[in-house]
Amino acid sequence: MLGKLTWDAIPWDQPIPLAAAASVIVTIVVVVAIIVAKGWLPTLWNEWITSVDHKRIGVMYFILGLVMLLRGFTDAIMMRSQQAIAAAGAQGYLPPEHFDQIFSAHGTIMIFFVAMPFMIGLMNFVVPLQLGIRDVAFPVLNSVGFWITAAGVLLVNISLVVGEFAKTGWLAYPPLSELAYSPGVGVDYYLWSLQISGVGTLLTGINLTTTILKMRAPGMSYSRMPIFCWTALAANLLIIAAFPILTGTFAMLLLDRYLGFHFFTNELGGNAMMYINLIWAWGHPEVYILILPAFGIFSEVISTFSGKPLFGRRSMIVATMAICMLSFLVWLHHFFTMGAGANVNGFFGVMTMIIAVPTGVKVFNWLFTLYGGSIRFGVPVYWAIGFMITFIIGGMTGVMLAAPPTDFVLHNSLFLVAHFHNVIIGGVVFGAFAGYNYWFPKAFGFTLHEGLGKASFWCWFVGFYLAFMPLYALGLMGATRRMQHYADPGWQPLMLVAFAGSVVILAGIVLTIAQLVVSIRSRENLRDATGDPWSGRTLEWSTTSPPPPWNFAVLPQVEGSDAYWEMKKRSTTQRVAEPRLQPIEMPKNTPIGFVIAFFATVTGFALVWHIWWMAILGLIGLFGAVLIHGWRVSGEVEVSIEVLAAVAGGPTAPGAEP
Amino acid sequence: MTTLETFTPEAMTDSKAAPISERGPARTEVVVGFGFWLFLLSDIVIFATFFAAYAVLSGNTAGGPSGAQLFDRWRVLIETACLLASSFTCGLFSMAIQRRSFAGAFLGAVVTFLLGGAFIALEVSEFARMIETGAGPTRSAFLSAFFALVGAHGLHVTLGLVWLLTMIAQIATLGFRPMVVRRLFCFSLFWHALDIVWIGVFTIVYLGAR
Repeated sequence: MLGKLTWDAIPWDQPIPLAAAASVIVTIVVVVAIIVAKGWLPTLWNEWITSVDHKRIGVMYFILGLVMLLRGFTDAIMMRSQQAIAAAGAQGYLPPEHFDQIFSAHGTIMIFFVAMPFMIGLMNFVVPLQLGIRDVAFPVLNSVGFWITAAGVLLVNISLVVGEFAKTGWLAYPPLSELAYSPGVGVDYYLWSLQISGVGTLLTGINLTTTILKMRAPGMSYSRMPIFCWTALAANLLIIAAFPILTGTFAMLLLDRYLGFHFFTNELGGNAMMYINLIWAWGHPEVYILILPAFGIFSEVISTFSGKPLFGRRSMIVATMAICMLSFLVWLHHFFTMGAGANVNGFFGVMTMIIAVPTGVKVFNWLFTLYGGSIRFGVPVYWAIGFMITFIIGGMTGVMLAAPPTDFVLHNSLFLVAHFHNVIIGGVVFGAFAGYNYWFPKAFGFTLHEGLGKASFWCWFVGFYLAFMPLYALGLMGATRRMQHYADPGWQPLMLVAFAGSVVILAGIVLTIAQLVVSIRSRENLRDATGDPWSGRTLEWSTTSPPPPWNFAVLPQVEGSDAYWEMKKRSTTQRVAEPRLQPIEMPKNTPIGFVIAFFATVTGFALVWHIWWMAILGLIGLFGAVLIHGWRVSGEVEVSIEVLAAVAGGPTAPGAEP
Repeated sequence: MTTLETFTPEAMTDSKAAPISERGPARTEVVVGFGFWLFLLSDIVIFATFFAAYAVLSGNTAGGPSGAQLFDRWRVLIETACLLASSFTCGLFSMAIQRRSFAGAFLGAVVTFLLGGAFIALEVSEFARMIETGAGPTRSAFLSAFFALVGAHGLHVTLGLVWLLTMIAQIATLGFRPMVVRRLFCFSLFWHALDIVWIGVFTIVYLGAR
């Protein structure tokens, strides 16, 4: 009746997951109770859950990322504390099978459910505003993509309470992830949650690429597009080209596990090395999917806060697209030790070093933008400069790892762990927080608290160095990754320093939350009535904060890069004609995204536990929901001139103040 | 004005002064068609993954039967003929939609459906025969890769058939409104793309069998 699911699936004997699960459930119940008691449920349903507004969806993605950051960081600090005490034969407080789940969940969650929602959320929110248009190309698909991602998140979190998570590391290498060696449901949770959320990511990629290539405001040629849109274009092209490889590879592993195929098994001709190749053919472009939008954010922040156009704009675009192409030619550097031979390793080593060149171009562009600028040191600039310092160190250790002989020594060591945290925290996380501080006033109409923002930055910055510089040294001393305990007591002092670093990062996270809470409570003092708090250069600052649902009552006419800056300059010298309003059509809200995600969760859960009837019901529900939606005759609602005029779609013709 | 003619180059280069990249958001038909092209590209990447796996594993028969021993090329030729013919009738279907001819559209759809259905029936019976003789996907890595690649294509065709039935119902109940015509356009792109993938399967898997 319930497949493999029994009462024993709940880890009654393990206090840590049980307590964690209980606290999560209590939090959810309390939050839902507050929402119901305050009567917010209709608002939540009508304005958020069923919303197809790219701004709302972007905000929800970012909130999803913040919540999952707490989960992923809890895993991180548990690992650091375990390794701080489990030295010289001590076993620490986490048994091996629990520790294995924690490092697998940490990597999976941080990449798929923190970094991706952060970047996709920011792209969703910002790209249509920067392009000067009213929504993405496919607003309903956008909502579906978000909710499917949330379904994947839900499945991962269910695995905390019901059953177990993968013990295989974040990429589930076979043959360990095959049924013979991982007979539990952990790998199945991993595979189905990522298959489901992967569909959501692919939909986003198609949606944003179409938006950027086909939906720009009049006058916005490619060369006039803001840099963030260029980097978003590159990232979404990579999503379209790379995520299907992940889907295909996971499909093969699922066939192995569910139907006894032999893609990656040890027997009957299976080839586990093929999995490693395929997964990294997705995995390496994936790191650029994450970092390229972050590069875009830093470009916008540095240009705005220096009061200058970006230095070397065209070289920045070329560098972005060069990285986009080259990212598909370096995947083998993740496994030089596999034994592909000196020539193959040599090729991929050289390609990897070549990809550092366009990245270097970008760093110089940012430096020269800052040079001679009248720099205002707002919170986003702190993150941007912290990024430049940190990312350069991470890039240099990356070039070290790109040399195959060095890699043979450092492969799978804590040096590697330090390297990729160096670029992902220093690049993607810093970028996400820079973007968050930069665009928050656009989304909500008030700025975030400066002091707490800077305090949060310093904790993250110092905490990062404390936590990860020791890991470089430990890696050189021979410490490998994923150790539940270790024999050499000489490693313990540096492990303790790394733990202290993670505590400082924890303070940074607490301060981020404090910053949000304090800013909301004192929002009247932080109110930004201009819609342009940073003296911005691109079109998102030309509308009100928060923007009306249609962003622009009249689509702006673009006449150069830094479109809004040009408009502000012109408006001081010549009168701008009052724009003529025309009725516009906006997409109607729909619950289809939420409904599809519900059935996807049911189907995914049923497949994990082999509850076949439930899986079939889930698929029927999925198909039925799509069918019913397919007969919805009118997806649009007209907004009249009166409504447009009443809401006053913001100073599309900018005010006199430049 | 939502007809398939809007996809022709004439409609895209009408005599406005601004270059095409500066003319503002494209029309809905263009946006939908373009988005669906991107989806097809991503779908083809999935197939590429399965093709790559097949290329790696095709020699790994693990002492089991090889492709040359298993495949009946005449049967596959008939399958191929059915699918290619269905692409032709799908083209006639599209032309009937352009003429807004209900009778032509239904006829085109039904013939396309029957040819696609025949393809699937032949494929399923081939799979059944192979599994019966002990050459199922669990026998060797070669057969795993074969069943996954050809099966993925078959699954796509099956979903295409469900989509086609849905579209017949949409034409019958909603008529040729712009929304329906856009979806029909996407369907025909999908159907032709599956043909292209099949050409790859036919060439690499069946003709290339050793």
